[in-house]
Amino acid sequence: MHMPDVTPAMELKVETADALTCNVQPLLHEIRHALARLLDEGGHTVIDLRSLPLAPGEEQQLLDELGNGEVYARLHALGPTEIIESRYPGVWIVVHYNSSDEVIGKFIEVCDIPNLLRSQQADIQQGLEQLQAQLPAAIN
Amino acid sequence: MSKDETLGEALRRQGITRRGFLKFCAATASMMALPPSMVPAIAAALEKAMRPSVIWLSFQECTGCTESLTRSHSPTVEGLIFDTISLDYHHTLQAASGSAAEAAREAAMEENYGKYILVVDGSIPTANPGYSTIAGISNKSMLLDTAKGAAAIVAVGTCAAYGGIPKAKPNPTGAVAVSDLIKDKPIINVSGCPPIPVVITGVLAHFLTFGTIPELDALGRPKAYYGQSIHDRCYRRPFYDKGLFANTFDDEGAKKGWCLYKLGCKGPTTYNACATTKWNEGTSFPIEAGHPCLGCSEPDFWDGGGFYKALSMPTEDITRAAVYAVGAGAAAGVALGAMNRAKKARAVKTHEKVTINDLEKGADDD
Repeated sequence: MHMPDVTPAMELKVETADALTCNVQPLLHEIRHALARLLDEGGHTVIDLRSLPLAPGEEQQLLDELGNGEVYARLHALGPTEIIESRYPGVWIVVHYNSSDEVIGKFIEVCDIPNLLRSQQADIQQGLEQLQAQLPAAIN
Repeated sequence: MSKDETLGEALRRQGITRRGFLKFCAATASMMALPPSMVPAIAAALEKAMRPSVIWLSFQECTGCTESLTRSHSPTVEGLIFDTISLDYHHTLQAASGSAAEAAREAAMEENYGKYILVVDGSIPTANPGYSTIAGISNKSMLLDTAKGAAAIVAVGTCAAYGGIPKAKPNPTGAVAVSDLIKDKPIINVSGCPPIPVVITGVLAHFLTFGTIPELDALGRPKAYYGQSIHDRCYRRPFYDKGLFANTFDDEGAKKGWCLYKLGCKGPTTYNACATTKWNEGTSFPIEAGHPCLGCSEPDFWDGGGFYKALSMPTEDITRAAVYAVGAGAAAGVALGAMNRAKKARAVKTHEKVTINDLEKGADDD
């Protein structure tokens, strides 16, 4: 069947509003305070990006400001999760997806390492049991 | 899933690791509009939460509320929460029908008396019981009967919460809200046409996590989602503050994404979570797509005047005012109508922009 020539939706230019919520700078300051707290007291801060009003383009502006650092990790637990250390060590961008690659949560974590990256006690215990079950009885 | 299984056990049985569970809890906290610092407490509570029995009654409704919840792509967090409850009766979704379905409802009520959650979508007709029945039982008697043993009632959608479209003037079926008939049970109104899926499941998750109903506003809605107006959380709010408005759907203001207040946006009087939670897997919400908020989560939104009339304009009395003016022998209303018709005709001729205001006033006078 001949398909008519149409402009794919992805190529349409979406205009960004020219006066924005101006929430990017306050967020960067909040991250700066959280980093200082991490150094002084070891406090772990999590900012839920979905709870804040941001204009189209502003979230990207924030992520561009934070940039990418040395670590990029992709987990597969209940759908993929991307954990990226920003160019400011200790500031992590955590994006949870479902199995259809749709974003279900987007957070900025200010910490040494996001909890999700650590092996979890319950999983270690389960892993140990599996390994023991797999090895010949004599070695146990 | 066994009824004696905790949520943590059920998720592990489904092969979900502790990491997956933590991710689930982080997304659930976000969904419940709780601060991320509460994730460990939520994880501890959800780990031990028992599977609640849920009876879902659908009355005068369009099934949009159920669609809103079940059409989200799986597996989502909403889907997992939905899978975790024991949905013992939902006549749209269950395989059984007729007396077998009613037997399932009665069995669930008896087994979980005093503990089950009753979810209702749709308004209840009171003018004539025959307007809406299920298995020969009128909506009103089914509601009164099922509500007796419920721990709490969740009125899902504006129809169940406030009467909604069935209650719109002239309300031929005498439709009323759940709270008009039930006075002795906690009722959580999850309004919206339809409500945002995560708000529906957020309420269930709150019940699962804390075993209590969330804090409610004066209209019986959870404050976590309905605590702030669309206007206050709208990314276009700075334009309102600067006096920058779209006057038509294709003018410079519309193209630049300015405030839609003058196009009838009901954001300032509407309380809901659309501006931050958003729709379609968090893609956008009506204002972001360029359309004013209709105010669908407010009582009587359907009778609240024209969707495209700005809030400061007279909303429902324009026609009546014109009739009174003519009745009193005054020519003002007629002259206004003629003026608007002339402006409309001139606009067509010169391809001039016509505002919504011109169209509505003209239509009222035609």
